[in-house]
Amino acid sequence: MSGPTSAIPPILSMRGISKRFGGVNALSNVSLDIFAGEVQALVGENGAGKSTLMKILSGAAEPDSGEILVDGRRAEIHSPREAERARIRMIHQELALVGALSVAENICLGRLPRTRWRLVDRRAMRQEARRILARLGSSLDVDAPAGVLSIGAQQIVEIAKALSQDARILVMDEPTSALPETDAKKLLALVRQLKSEGVAIVYITHKMEEIYGLADRLTVLRDGKFIGTETPEKLPRAELIRWMVGRTLSELIPQHAGKPGAPLLTVRDLAVRDARTGMPLVDGVSLTLARGEILGLAGLVGSGNSELLGALFGRFGRPAALAVTINGRPFLPGDPAAAIRAGAALLTNDRKATGLVLPLSVRENAMLASLSRAARAGLVSRRQEEALSAPVLKRLHLRAASSESQVSTLSGGNQQKVALAKWLLTRPRLLLLDEPTRGVDVGAKHEIYELINALADEGVGILLVTSELPELLGLSDRILAMHRGRVTAEFTRAQATPEKVMAAATASDQPQEAA
Amino acid sequence: MTLKIRQILGASRPLLILAAVFVLCAALSPTDGQGANTFLTWGSQTNMLRFMSEYGILAAGMTLVILSGGIDLSVGSILGFTAVLFSWMTIWKDVPAVLAVPACLAAGAALGGVNGFLVARFRIQPFVVTLAMMVVARGLAKLVSGGQKVSTAFEQNGDFVTKPIPPFFDFLNDRIGGTFPVVGVVFLAAILLLWGAARYTLFGRHLYAIGGNEEAARLSGVRVGWAKAGAYAVSGLMAALAGLCDAAQQQQGDPEAGATYELDAIAAVVIGGTALTGGRGSMSLTLVGVLVIGYIDQILSLKGFDQSQRLIAKGLIILGAVLLQKRERV
Repeated sequence: MSGPTSAIPPILSMRGISKRFGGVNALSNVSLDIFAGEVQALVGENGAGKSTLMKILSGAAEPDSGEILVDGRRAEIHSPREAERARIRMIHQELALVGALSVAENICLGRLPRTRWRLVDRRAMRQEARRILARLGSSLDVDAPAGVLSIGAQQIVEIAKALSQDARILVMDEPTSALPETDAKKLLALVRQLKSEGVAIVYITHKMEEIYGLADRLTVLRDGKFIGTETPEKLPRAELIRWMVGRTLSELIPQHAGKPGAPLLTVRDLAVRDARTGMPLVDGVSLTLARGEILGLAGLVGSGNSELLGALFGRFGRPAALAVTINGRPFLPGDPAAAIRAGAALLTNDRKATGLVLPLSVRENAMLASLSRAARAGLVSRRQEEALSAPVLKRLHLRAASSESQVSTLSGGNQQKVALAKWLLTRPRLLLLDEPTRGVDVGAKHEIYELINALADEGVGILLVTSELPELLGLSDRILAMHRGRVTAEFTRAQATPEKVMAAATASDQPQEAA
Repeated sequence: MTLKIRQILGASRPLLILAAVFVLCAALSPTDGQGANTFLTWGSQTNMLRFMSEYGILAAGMTLVILSGGIDLSVGSILGFTAVLFSWMTIWKDVPAVLAVPACLAAGAALGGVNGFLVARFRIQPFVVTLAMMVVARGLAKLVSGGQKVSTAFEQNGDFVTKPIPPFFDFLNDRIGGTFPVVGVVFLAAILLLWGAARYTLFGRHLYAIGGNEEAARLSGVRVGWAKAGAYAVSGLMAALAGLCDAAQQQQGDPEAGATYELDAIAAVVIGGTALTGGRGSMSLTLVGVLVIGYIDQILSLKGFDQSQRLIAKGLIILGAVLLQKRERV
């Protein structure tokens, strides 16, 4: 593949980069060229390998094979410090400012100007900070603590920090995803300015208007593989979506036979705000779910689909403005224990952080949400625990040395099965599944698909969030596409195609259809 | 096969360490005039048990708190407060022990419950909450006693009076069959009871889950706040129990009693191998930790080391135990 003008060599090339995590190929043989003064959009579904590739570029992860060339010479980038020396800076989605320090201190952190006496030269530091901010057209107070600034202003401080370190390659991971419209416009103007000053920008985004309004070139990754690099003019939107999702839907995903029954769950006007920023995460969503129905919630990170599941389960306390009924009875979300009593179960999208208690055994984890079933007068009967959990673990084909094995010693797929077992043991009526096959090997995936279908056939209503489109399309009876906290489209199984669903999940200008 | 052997060895490692310490102490022990091993005498063993009962009881309650991922710095002060309260009630105010014992236990549990409430409801760090309680409870001890030791000889309306020791003091301070100390029985009973609570109750399982992953526990419907509050209340209750033992053994209520005992209790839990981060460990490990500290202290004192040297040795043992466990876990 060649650059915009093939005469000028790229300032940085990544060649044949591969990286495995456990049994999963996160990246296989990916190459990427970066030229001075360009904005290159890095595009792909969640889990396509964008973040891993950028972690390798910024020294936060090491590739298993492949090389990085800076100015045509092989460069060793094994740590963030070495990346910094190569003048590469990454601005993460989660901003990394020290909240208690001032704007000036944050900008100059790591290379603070010193006085003759080896003390921090505060005057020089503030001057330097003001100089860089002025270059960015910003008049932020350099003495304000960074923690009190808006997310937009913090982004600017992050960029200023990168510039103070003379970055010539700037990696930005969805920088506008948490910004209100006006701040996002400012940021995009800033990106264009940096580009005109010769800085190369690798820009990870899901937003079509940014891909087509900002980028000089786009690189598409899918399932850890390099799909192609093209200019936006030569890659129309429909074609880009095909590049992003373009695998044939796996025949392996089985469909379930049962028909949806009586209504199970109704939600009217669910709204969730980010506790810290006050930004709406879910913005007035209404939906209904029948018994035995699998309803897929399509959407990219930040669409609010995962937050919707959490809010229904009471994960974020009491959400604003909503009316929920489960089985015809009104239900007020706000407390996980109450949700469990009402028959709900939430499989979270991060089993290690929020799903499993890693130091405990398989049995103890499986029984955690239904332990009172094995207890009398507060005393737990181990025999009863075994009697209850063994059939469920068997049904899930759990492969573990014993039910006393520490759950942290299991593979990802088996850990996920334990997390599922925990919820099956509560005999749920409403199953909220958030990325049920994330980090799970192919065999276990298929078993989980069959389980989901079997549960639906038994009359359990299922809300499914997954970033894997084939999985979503294959399992769901019906799909709601979400974008920025709102439902943008609804599809029946027959109507849904990967292109249509992806278009609805990425569109921001599409009017909201009735849900 | 080797995996199985290693598992068994791993599970019984604390016992092996305890046995090793015991054998080492016996081997190093000086002999008396008749050539008998002074460490291996029944008297030496029961004395040691009596000596470590108080902080052993504290360590039992502390284990529950640490399993839940917390820490309780207030137990030494609660011990002092209840020792004074009990002496004040039974010696000065002639309250019968049938009433005074439950009252003091309830007072300790209540102070612990306040710790738990503050930790659970306001999500203040346990270190800070129990540090504050440590200071407050010590103040309460001095408030009740008027700053002096509450003993059988005291001044009343300008007269100097002497009262008999209440029978409950003698009962707790007694030795069964003339040899086995009652406080030792109390200690072992406390360990046994809380061992069962940790291992066989909903409450105990919930503490492990909270210490291992609080968010996962909450999302599994565990009442995190109640469980935590319960752990601190039990810890306060144990501190009160140790306070009664302290009053009985000293025959008075000393408002300074139990100072720094909380650190001995934490040390015992840590030496046993219960993780300060929560979720890993057990009551039987704590028993081992208490015995190891007790044995080593005993042998050092038999060998004629003075207190300064014994303190230094204890500090080194704490460090060594943690380093050992760190290597194991990698």
